[in-house]
Amino acid sequence: MPLNAIELAKLFHDKNPGITPGHRMCPGCAAPNVVKFALMTAIAKGYHPVVGLATGCLEVSTTIFPYTAWNVPYIHNAFENVAATISGVETAFRAAKKRGEIPPDKKLAFFAFAGDGGTYDIGLQSLSGAVERGHKFIYIVYDNEGYMNTGNQRSGATPPGSDTTTAPVGKQIPGKLQLKKNIVEIMAAHENVYVATVAISEPIDFMKKIEKALEFDGPAFIAAHSACVRFWRVNDDKAVESARLAVETLYWPLYEVERGVYRVTKKITNPKPVEEYIRSQGRFRPLLSRPDAKEIIEELQQYVTSRYERLLALEEITKDKPLRGPWAKEDFQTDEHAM
Amino acid sequence: MPELKGWKELPIGGLIVEPGNAKQYKTGTWRVLRPVYQPENCIHCMQCWLYCPDQAIVVEIVDGKPKMRGYNYYYCKGCGLCANVCPKSTDPKTKQPAPEEKRAIVMRPETDFAEE
Ligand SMILES: Cc1ncc(C[n+]2csc(CCOP(=O)(O)OP(=O)(O)O)c2C)c(N)n1
Ligand code: SF4
Ligand code: SF4
Ligand code: SF4
Ligand SMILES: [Mg+2]
Repeated sequence: MPLNAIELAKLFHDKNPGITPGHRMCPGCAAPNVVKFALMTAIAKGYHPVVGLATGCLEVSTTIFPYTAWNVPYIHNAFENVAATISGVETAFRAAKKRGEIPPDKKLAFFAFAGDGGTYDIGLQSLSGAVERGHKFIYIVYDNEGYMNTGNQRSGATPPGSDTTTAPVGKQIPGKLQLKKNIVEIMAAHENVYVATVAISEPIDFMKKIEKALEFDGPAFIAAHSACVRFWRVNDDKAVESARLAVETLYWPLYEVERGVYRVTKKITNPKPVEEYIRSQGRFRPLLSRPDAKEIIEELQQYVTSRYERLLALEEITKDKPLRGPWAKEDFQTDEHAM
Repeated sequence: MPELKGWKELPIGGLIVEPGNAKQYKTGTWRVLRPVYQPENCIHCMQCWLYCPDQAIVVEIVDGKPKMRGYNYYYCKGCGLCANVCPKSTDPKTKQPAPEEKRAIVMRPETDFAEE
């Protein structure tokens, strides 16, 4: 069971859990909290985190020369390959452990953090490869639904109707036309994986899933709702509120898939209309002045409702029916290329 | 800002070898709004501490319990998230914003403190 805010404050009030202040993320950005929640959970459980970052706001704003806001082992390589990079680090660690260079009881936790651009789009290939190979790592996408570090371009994670610089809302088109790519299902389809969605408005659910990911004998993928206060055009103090509204409207359902077994971790009995979520953010404001706004919101509403119903049905039919056992682990741990 | 080194003195690859040295960097100068702590209303629930993206909430342990002790204005960027998540910002009965004198955190324009 994860620690609550008071217990965490007791442990970490005079420490910086992996990331220090003095970083230059925008005031109120959700991403530092995604990092803190994950790393505090790992450290509280006795793990030493090792962090890899894909290019993006989090990487750029925490490592501006000559400063770094990381006080744990840290590696950045490129935009498209954080999963490949951290899988190499993890393999090197296992090799060093075999050679006796690292005490056998030292618990390390390998984290990869990446934005949605770095995950849904450009990093998908290296992510899929690392998960398929079965590396023991936790990949966390902080999903702010666009290429924010380069000024709000549309990504595979941007929702329809959102105003971005490459799919602006105008006379011709109502912003992005496509629905968000369902990255969670894509990752769950790798089967030998623990996959979950999280939101900072539900810290206990969030940290429980990190604990599960830490203890899972294989790779884990976590998708975190992560408000970009800058380009979602909300006030600086809205990151938690928007996460909460995303959960309450089913825009961001909280669930997990463990080797094919679905579990909806927060049941929403009376969901708020998704329109409330749309209306709370400036990035949708240009859409609202178009005549087809109602239709687009209605389509999104139908989508989130049916997705949730489908999740509940999957929970029912996959109960106790894991797709695979953890056998990949045995292959992997005796695997000779680790030497 | 430390004095920038010449290229011969830099670690190879321009690596930053001091963990967490961003702590030297003052982000408090960004602040437009300043959170002001009203300890008489605080219940020390640590929600502000949990959510501050810049770890700018000062906490002291008293008799094994964490106590909110105000702000580290060296880092605080004034986002107001602490005030937003503080349970004392909402009136428990009406669910509306609580009157200022009942809150534990009030956001004030930084210009009010210009003289300091
Ligand atoms: C191969 C490559 N293409 C483009 C870029 C430019 N670039 C840097 S950050 C970024 C956006 C990252 O978006 P995302 O992964 O969603 O992270 P965010 O900034 O939104 O947090 C882009 C396009 C790059 N660094 N490398
Ligand atoms: S641009 Fe958005 S994601 Fe990037 S630091 Fe600012 S608020 Fe965070
Ligand atoms: S959130 Fe509010 S009540 Fe809770 S510790 Fe912070 S200031 Fe006090
Ligand atoms: S205003 Fe923002 S940065 Fe300052 S203490 Fe509150 S949450 Fe932290
Ligand atoms: Mg992004």
